[in-house]
Amino acid sequence: MRDWAARHRWETVLGGILLATIVVNATLSPFFLGFGNFINLFWLSIEKIIVVVAMTFVIINGEIDLSVASVMGFSAAVMASAFAGGDIPFAVAIVLGLLAGAAAGLAQGFLIARVGLPSLVVTLAGLIGFRGAARVLLEDRSVGDFPEWFDRLGQQPLIGSIPLALIIFFSLLAVAWIILERGTFGRKVYVIGNSADVARYSGVGVSSVKLRIFVASGLAAGLAGVLFAARLGSVRGSLGEFFELDIITMVLLGGVSIFGGSGSMLGVALAMFTVLSIRNGLGLANVDGIIQTGVVGLLLIGSVLVPNLLEGIQSRRPAPEP
Amino acid sequence: MSDSVDTVLSPSRSARWMKPDRIKELTLVGIITASVLVFSLLIDNYLSGRFFNRITTSVVIVAILAAAQTLVLITRNIDLSVGSIVGVAAYLTGDFLGANNWAGPLIAVLVAMLIGAVFGSFNGVLVAYGRVPAIIVTLGTLALFRTMLSLYAGGQNITADSLPDWVLELNRVTVVSIGGLDLRLVFLIAILVFVVLQWALARLRSGRRLYAIGSNPEAAKQAGLPEQRLVFWTFVGSGALAGLAGFMFLARIGTISATAGAGLELESVAAAVVGGVSIFGGSGTMVGALLGATLIETLELSLVRVPQVSEFWRDALLGILILAGVLLDFTLHKRLGRRLTAAARTDAGGSPPTTIGARRRAGKGSSDA
Repeated sequence: MRDWAARHRWETVLGGILLATIVVNATLSPFFLGFGNFINLFWLSIEKIIVVVAMTFVIINGEIDLSVASVMGFSAAVMASAFAGGDIPFAVAIVLGLLAGAAAGLAQGFLIARVGLPSLVVTLAGLIGFRGAARVLLEDRSVGDFPEWFDRLGQQPLIGSIPLALIIFFSLLAVAWIILERGTFGRKVYVIGNSADVARYSGVGVSSVKLRIFVASGLAAGLAGVLFAARLGSVRGSLGEFFELDIITMVLLGGVSIFGGSGSMLGVALAMFTVLSIRNGLGLANVDGIIQTGVVGLLLIGSVLVPNLLEGIQSRRPAPEP
Repeated sequence: MSDSVDTVLSPSRSARWMKPDRIKELTLVGIITASVLVFSLLIDNYLSGRFFNRITTSVVIVAILAAAQTLVLITRNIDLSVGSIVGVAAYLTGDFLGANNWAGPLIAVLVAMLIGAVFGSFNGVLVAYGRVPAIIVTLGTLALFRTMLSLYAGGQNITADSLPDWVLELNRVTVVSIGGLDLRLVFLIAILVFVVLQWALARLRSGRRLYAIGSNPEAAKQAGLPEQRLVFWTFVGSGALAGLAGFMFLARIGTISATAGAGLELESVAAAVVGGVSIFGGSGTMVGALLGATLIETLELSLVRVPQVSEFWRDALLGILILAGVLLDFTLHKRLGRRLTAAARTDAGGSPPTTIGARRRAGKGSSDA
């Protein structure tokens, strides 16, 4: 146990923070520890954390995807306008929405992985451009009145009290965990994130790994957009706006290095749970949403600053044994 | 840009006329001219004095923010909090002017810049001394500053009638008028800011050092440059410029809510990047940033007047424009870089940039066709 804690220092710290949050929340509100609130806590942010899973791969790979929230809006807008156009079954509209997300990821991934443009700029353009595309499709309309089964999937529990989106999320998390930490693809993601040059000289297909990751990120954003549309029951061009901040925060808070090459799915999962608990707790305590955002911003900075400071203190002490 | 240390630190000696920066700037001038010509064919009465006046007054805010962003980008950092600083500075300055009606323009500008500088220094401390990557710090303060503002504002807006009259008239003050073309005071202030900054970056020692830091932070540190102090001050400068932009925002809009200026951070990055400022640091000029801001503003203001284009196309086209700007810059950079390397036989490109997620691939791209 002590060995594990030494090797996973950040995860241990996060576990502590999470535990503290839970204790504080539970004392502040009798509702916090209920199973219903637990479901609620995930459900209310389920779209974000689905994207977080994909973003973990992107950042460990040494890249960033600022466009995810806009791609969410774009996919939902594609689905909604295909539906509003009539004539096609709604299932096809959903598939079109998902494909739009994957295509957005493919286009950006191509520019990043094959052409060699920096992901920060490409996805910044994507952030603006795909949001613009969503607005072009929907203008200032709100498209709703989706088939009843679609709304029900988004708004009502599927099995017992568990909604579809939660089932999707937890299976996605499990699959991603296995791929990242048990498979060869995962090893490649880390190696590329550590040094793309070393990876290339070792014969790793750097650009094909990167391309696949960006397609996955786009697809995850598309899926999140469609699920969000189902939960809301209608789509506007602004769907998901500004989610990127929360999404990136959760990944970085999970101990994933912004420079790539390190981080773990466990850390990210703990970070998700921590951020959601904090937001949920503040919400139960009637704290305004904008303050919650500020707290998340502080957490983001703190998640990098505190380890840096600790390292500074430690390096001043004589090192005992590596 | 991977100049040799000589070229970086003593610009006057490198007399090569066609430097990459000049080529980029000329290309931009060409693109701006071409798009104005195209628009004048599509829109009736496009080439009028009134339109010139509109563009020159409305480009001011984005241009000053692009200058702020350029300062930071050159050192291989980024400032995503400028939009929030604009909001904070606009609101607080409006508040200040509402309570102190005696205060004149100079005091108001100083107050706004001071507010901006204070917020910028917070970013600077964390990036330079806390060693937290700029994208993380400023993504965090983007949210944090906005939260502080809405807590302070508590749902109240700054309204135009609480402000002294001169504030709202500021935008219309004309210094000289040539034909139908008015040169407005705010535009001239922006130009002055650019002239000073361009001079400082090109001629001052600390200005040149910013490029050295951005080209290769490790080498700059090894060479004994006060890297931390300089990075700190670029963030203070970026904040102060955002404060100035906040004041201009107040003067233009008059009514300021807690969400004022949101989204400007992206426009500022876009303007700088379109203007040829490299996201990898070490390269870019103030002239380029001004041209980038002008191009974006011209397109935005012109597109809405083209009858065939709906207003909803604005953002989509802006995204495409940024991408086009980066692609162009990337291609030019590569070709010129290769030629210059061959010519100078310096150790160019020795250190691959390791900016966040932005590692350029070493020479295997397809853009050389």
